[in-house]
Amino acid sequence: MEVRGALGGLFPLGGVQRGITVGVDSRAGVAGSVSLALAVTGGLMAGDGCSWAAAVGFPSLGLVAAAELGVPLDRLALVAEPGERWPLVVASLLDGVDLVLLSQPARVRAPDARRLVARARERGSVLLLVEPSKRMGWPESPDVHLDVESASWQGLGAGHGNLRARRLEVTVGGRRLAGGRHRRVSFWLPGADGVVEVAAPAGTPAGPGERSDLDHERERALVSAVG
Amino acid sequence: MTRTLVVSYPDWPAVAAGCRPDEPAVVVFANRVIAATPAARAEGVVTGLRRREAQARCPEAEVVAADAGRDARAWEPVVAAIEALTPAIEVIAPGEAALATRGPSRYFGGDRALGELVARTADSTVGVTVGVAGASAGCRVGVADGRFVAGLAARVAGSGGGGGSVLVVDKGRSRQWLAPHHVSVLGQGYEELAGLLVRLGVHTLGDFSGLPAAAVLGRFGTDGETAHKLARGLDPRPVKARTPPPDMAVAAEFDPPEMRVEAAAFVAKSLADQLLDRLDREGLAATMVSIEAQTEHGESLVRHWRHDGALNASALAERARWQLEGWLAGTGREAGRGDGGRSGPTAGLILLRIVPEEVHQDNGRQMGFWGGSAESDARAARAFARVQGLLGPDAVMTAVIAGGRGFAEQVRLVPWGDSRDEGASTPPVRGRPGQRGQGGQRGGGTRSSTEQPPWPGRLEKPAPAVVHHETTEAQLLDASGNAVEVNGRGLLSSPPCTVSISGAVPRTISAWAGPWPLEERWWDRGGRRRARLQVQLDNGDAHVISREKGCWWVEASYC
Repeated sequence: MEVRGALGGLFPLGGVQRGITVGVDSRAGVAGSVSLALAVTGGLMAGDGCSWAAAVGFPSLGLVAAAELGVPLDRLALVAEPGERWPLVVASLLDGVDLVLLSQPARVRAPDARRLVARARERGSVLLLVEPSKRMGWPESPDVHLDVESASWQGLGAGHGNLRARRLEVTVGGRRLAGGRHRRVSFWLPGADGVVEVAAPAGTPAGPGERSDLDHERERALVSAVG
Repeated sequence: MTRTLVVSYPDWPAVAAGCRPDEPAVVVFANRVIAATPAARAEGVVTGLRRREAQARCPEAEVVAADAGRDARAWEPVVAAIEALTPAIEVIAPGEAALATRGPSRYFGGDRALGELVARTADSTVGVTVGVAGASAGCRVGVADGRFVAGLAARVAGSGGGGGSVLVVDKGRSRQWLAPHHVSVLGQGYEELAGLLVRLGVHTLGDFSGLPAAAVLGRFGTDGETAHKLARGLDPRPVKARTPPPDMAVAAEFDPPEMRVEAAAFVAKSLADQLLDRLDREGLAATMVSIEAQTEHGESLVRHWRHDGALNASALAERARWQLEGWLAGTGREAGRGDGGRSGPTAGLILLRIVPEEVHQDNGRQMGFWGGSAESDARAARAFARVQGLLGPDAVMTAVIAGGRGFAEQVRLVPWGDSRDEGASTPPVRGRPGQRGQGGQRGGGTRSSTEQPPWPGRLEKPAPAVVHHETTEAQLLDASGNAVEVNGRGLLSSPPCTVSISGAVPRTISAWAGPWPLEERWWDRGGRRRARLQVQLDNGDAHVISREKGCWWVEASYC
């Protein structure tokens, strides 16, 4: 399945193989995994291979953000509270849709997890685990994992501005990636114009960040002049 | 021609809602009056009126929202009570049922005696279950040859004045009795035909029945032929009706037993699809089906459902749902009332079966122009329906972006299978044609998502990836450790320095902006006043924190 947009660069040949498990995670104390998962979903659903998706176990998913990151909401089903029978729910969904986002419930039993991974492989749908390391942990290691190493926002100052762009450092790894274990890629997610784009490597600050910093300098000067 | 008795309540939704007949009340659906109490009718309220118009004619009328489930639940005990007099009662819709009178009439001493007995029984049951005084509930009974004439007789019975009246049309006199009636009484499904007949100068059923049958068939097609038979007092489908082969029945077993109506109703929906599929292949359509439910303790409830037109899958599933709701609702009431002669089930359902009792040749149906949906859509629809079967219909939602200022208000969640708003660029509900066709037009109050007013006070893009629905309290302190507040002019008392979210260790705020005050609906009591801040913490997290009613809450997080 093809991943359109900037995030295609994360995966070999710009796409996700059918039937695999992808884990999206973040380092302890770093946020950004949910946005990254939504952006991957948006990229997949923009392609031809993925027409339906379901999100299981996200009672407080920001759907406006999902729409901004390119997820067509009319093709996304939400099962906010799957309850005790969540493995059955996820298995049913894997039968019918191309992509299942799963925020796993507190307790995962290893046989359930293995069964779901096998189900996805058999049906050719992608299981996208959001923050599998959080809470009790997903027993299987996902085929591809994306980890948010750091996240930093641009555009907010001391009492002025607003959040505009975020730079995410993402490492890619996993069994299914032949080349480059633990490749490191930086993204603007979102960029200043709301689009996800690949950022220049760290060390050469460019693009949206610089401009907004300049803006702040100017604003600060203005405020002090008036004050 | 089967001698038939029809018992009917002209304004069943109003009766089921517990409205007293001497107090004006109207039941509205989709902003239109669908039923009214006699008191409201006396003020000039008629069915089909807009709610506003009805309130103008009768300002003191109480307005009750329609609820098909409530109608069905209230009807079920009445059917059970009549069933005690005679078996094989056919439910036509909530508020209307038919039974064959040959045996019972002889037993109870004639059609009129039976009719009066049924009316008394029905009214007293209504009096007990709904709490409306017995005789004034307005039961109408008609006895005649065939269901159409009996139904019309029941409708006419009340208009002569006097509640609970019974009208008997003598055997073999149907045609003469029908002759003076206007063609519009042909009813549902024949509105177009009736309109055409009036324009052609044929006003009464007598005029219509005088036309030669062959000419009617040539000019008006099979519908016209059926109506012509009705007008002549004949059974419209005497020959075609036949018992279906036994393998037409569909059944589902529940293991473990199912207690919840929703889950059973979803199974009923898939059974209905299956049954309709089989009938389709045989080129048949069902006009009467029986729905049978059985519990673990061996109790069973069978109801026959009749439908004028051919039953489609969603109509069939809806009937199964009504029946189960009525039955299961019986448990609670019975417990409160002691022994009422009838009881709900004491255990979970183990079997649900739908049997087509009466089928006829399907005369064909115009399919939609757009054809079937893609295979993947059907597959997804099946998966979602399965999850709804597991967890209930509200478990699978789809989101529609709507207007609003808060992040939670910008999203409207719709159960999968219900129509998303009109105008939204969505594929209509896939895999389930015909379900809730008019749902999207309901009311005038909801804004369509294509309409985008400016919504001042909305925060700029990007939107946060996590929007908290449960309230998470935050403590906002300034540099000297005092709580930060927002004053009446929408300004902060001091710049915030640290924030502690739901009692966690305070973190330093590295950047912030705001507050953006938000005052909504200040003109009425439902109004909200908030002020919102964007804060960025030293570890890179960002949140939207809003102050409402003297507390700071985390509204959303940029995760």
